[in-house]
Amino acid sequence: MIGNVWLIPAFPLAAFLVCGLFGRRWLHRWTGVIASAAVGASAIVAIGVFLEVLGGKERTTVKLYEWIAVGDFRSNVAALVDPLSSVMLLVVTVVSFLIFVYSNGYMAHDHGVHRFFTWMSLFVFAMLILVMADNYLLMFVGWEGVGLCSYLLIGFWFERPEPYVAAKKAFVMNRIGDWGYTIGMITTFLVFGSMTFTDIFARMERDAPTQSVLTLITIAFFVGATGKSAQLPLYSWLPDAMEGPTPVSALIHAATMVTAGVYLVARSAPLYAAAGPSLVVVGTVGAVTAIFAATIALVQFDIKRVMAYSTVSQLGYMFLALGVGAPVAAIFHLATHAFFKALLFLGSGSVIHGLEGEQDMRKMGGLRRKMPITYWTMLLAGGALAALPPLAGFWSKDEIVGAAYTNGYPILWAVGIVTAVLTAFYVTRAMWMTFHGEPREHHLYEHAHESPSVMTLPLIALAVGTVTLGVAIGWPPDSGFIHTFLGPAVETPGAADHAVAVGTIVALALVSIAAGVLGILIGFAMYVRRRPDPVAVSRAFGWYYRALVNKYYVDELYDHRIVEAFRGLFGIAWAFDVHVIDGIANGIGWIAARSGGGLRRVQTGVVGNYALTIVAGLLVLLVAYGGYAAGVLGR
Amino acid sequence: MPTVPLGWFVGVSAVLFFIGTAGVLMRRNAVVILMCVELMLNAANLALVAFSRRSASIDERGSVFVVFIFVIAAAEVAVGLAIILSAYRNQPTVDVDEMHRMKG
Repeated sequence: MIGNVWLIPAFPLAAFLVCGLFGRRWLHRWTGVIASAAVGASAIVAIGVFLEVLGGKERTTVKLYEWIAVGDFRSNVAALVDPLSSVMLLVVTVVSFLIFVYSNGYMAHDHGVHRFFTWMSLFVFAMLILVMADNYLLMFVGWEGVGLCSYLLIGFWFERPEPYVAAKKAFVMNRIGDWGYTIGMITTFLVFGSMTFTDIFARMERDAPTQSVLTLITIAFFVGATGKSAQLPLYSWLPDAMEGPTPVSALIHAATMVTAGVYLVARSAPLYAAAGPSLVVVGTVGAVTAIFAATIALVQFDIKRVMAYSTVSQLGYMFLALGVGAPVAAIFHLATHAFFKALLFLGSGSVIHGLEGEQDMRKMGGLRRKMPITYWTMLLAGGALAALPPLAGFWSKDEIVGAAYTNGYPILWAVGIVTAVLTAFYVTRAMWMTFHGEPREHHLYEHAHESPSVMTLPLIALAVGTVTLGVAIGWPPDSGFIHTFLGPAVETPGAADHAVAVGTIVALALVSIAAGVLGILIGFAMYVRRRPDPVAVSRAFGWYYRALVNKYYVDELYDHRIVEAFRGLFGIAWAFDVHVIDGIANGIGWIAARSGGGLRRVQTGVVGNYALTIVAGLLVLLVAYGGYAAGVLGR
Repeated sequence: MPTVPLGWFVGVSAVLFFIGTAGVLMRRNAVVILMCVELMLNAANLALVAFSRRSASIDERGSVFVVFIFVIAAAEVAVGLAIILSAYRNQPTVDVDEMHRMKG
C-alpha cells in the first residue's frame, strides 16, 4: 500500500481536473458526487497506508520522480511516509470526505457548485502534498497551494464585497508568513546543503550547526507557521475568512489548512529541539494567542465568528504544546480538534442552512426542538471543546496543559487553565443562545427546519469520532496508542523521559475538569438564570467590553500604524513598477510596433519592385564575393 | 587555332544577362518581358557552354544542361504566350501595369 501512496493525492487531483474542465458545462451538481467519491477513495488508500505504517514500516520514502537537478542540488517529488505523515493523511482525508459529503447538501442550491468542488478538490490535493512532502521545497508547493485555495474559497461569493476583501486580507497576511518560510527554507539549504527532511535530521545527529543558526531557521519557519495557523500577530485574517461558505470554514479554516503550521513545527522537531530559545517563543506565542482569541470569542454574536476565534485559540494550545516539548500532544489535539471543530462548524452551517443564511445568534434560540440531530451532535462537540471527559477534546487538551506543568512552565499552565475556563464559557453561551431558551425571532423560528440526511449523516459520523477518538488513542495518558505510535517520530531521542507521578496526573486532570465545569457554570448562571445578567456584566466591564467587541482594535492598529506607515514605500514601489518595469516592457513593444510600421512600406505589392530587390541583393553578393576573391588572390 | 579566352565568354554572358534583367525590370510590355527572360536564360546557357568547354574532362555535362534549359524555356514560352493571349482576350492590353483586374 505504501508504494501506492501517490494515489492519495492523485484522486483529488483527478477530481479537480474533471470538475474544472467539464463542471460548468456538463457536470454541474454531479461535481459534488465525483469530488466526494475521489476524496473517499483517497481516504481508503490513506487507511491502508496507515495500517501498513502501524504494522512496522517506520519511515519510508516513496520517490515519484526527480524534480530539480541543478549542480549538486537534487530535489525530488517524493513522499515521506512515517507515523506523523500517516496520521495527518488519515485525518485530512477522512475529515475532508465527511465535509465533502456534507457540502453536497449545503451547496445544493448554489449556482457556483461546480466551482466550489473544483477548488475544494484542489485544496485537498495541495494539503496532501504539503503533508506527504519529504522536503521543504515540495512542502512549500503544498503550502502555497492551500493558501491559494483558501483565497479562492474565502472569496467564493465574490459578488458581495466582504468575501472579496476578506480573501485579499487572508492572502496578504499569508504572504507575510510565507516570507518567513522562504527565509527558513533558504537558510536551511545554505546550512545543510539539502532540503530533504531525512538528510537534515541525519546531519543533526552527526554534526549539528551552531545554535544561533538553528534559532534563525526555526524562528523563520515559525513566522511562516503564524501566518498559516493564524497565531499572533498574523491571526486576524482567520475570523474574516468566515465570509466563505461554511464547509470551507470547517475544512480549511478549522480542520486542516490552519494546522499546517503545527505540522511544520512538529515535522521540524529535531531542529527546534536543538534551537534553544525558539521553543520558548513558540510556546509563549501559542499561550498568548490562546487566551487572547478566547477573550474575543466571549462577546461575538456571529456564530461562525465565535467558532473562528475558538479555532485561533485552540491552535494556540497546539503551539503551546509544541513549545513545552510535547509534540505528540500537539498532534493529538490537532486530530481531535479536526473532528470536533469540523463538527461545530458543520453544525453551525446546518443551523445557518435551516435559517436561510442567518448567522446572528441573537436572532436564534430554541432551535433544539427544530433541529434535534444538529443539536445533539453539536452538544457533543461543544463538550469536547470545553474539554469534558470522556470526549475527545478532554484527553488532548488535558495532556497539553498537563505537559506545560510537568515540563516546568507553570505560567503557561496557568494561562492554559484560564483559557479553558473562557472556552467552556463561550461554548456554553453559544449553545444556549442558539438552541435553548425562547425563540427570539419567531419568523425565522417558524421556517427553521432540520437539514437533509446528506448533511446530518456526516455530523453523526464526526460526532462518533468526537466521542471515541480521545479514549481510543489517548488512553492511558502519556503511554496511549498515539504516544507509542507517534513518539519515536516526533520526539527527540535522548530527551529525558521524566516519569510523572500518577497523583500529579490525576490532580492536573481534576484541575482541567474543574476549569471546564467552572466555565460552564458561569455560562449557565449568566445565560440561563440571568444572574448576573449578561448586559449588566458587559456594562460593568465598560471599556474592556468595548475593546473586546472591537477585537482589541487590532485591525485598526494594523490599518493605521502599519499600513499607513508603509504606504509611502509602497507608493514608490508602485511608481517604479508602473514607470520602469512596465516602461521597459511597453517600450520594447513600442519599438517593435514602430519598426514594423516602417518596414511595412517595403511590401508594395508591385512585382517589379520585388524583382529589383532580388537583383540588388544579387549585386551585393557579387560585389562581396568579388572583394573576397580579390583578397584571396592578392595574398 | 587561337582559342577565345574564357573571360570573353563570361563577359558577353554577363552583359546579355543584365540586358535581360534590365528589360524585365523596366519594360511594361508582357511579350517583351518574356523575350528578356529568354535572353537571361540564354546568357546563362552561354556561360554554361563556355565553362563546359573549359573543363572538358567532365563529359560535357554543362552542354547537356543547356539542352534541358532549351526544353524548359520552350515550354515556358508556350505557357507564357498562352497566358498573355488569354489575358489579352479578357482585357485588350499587353501592358503588365494595366493588367490589375486579375488581382483577387
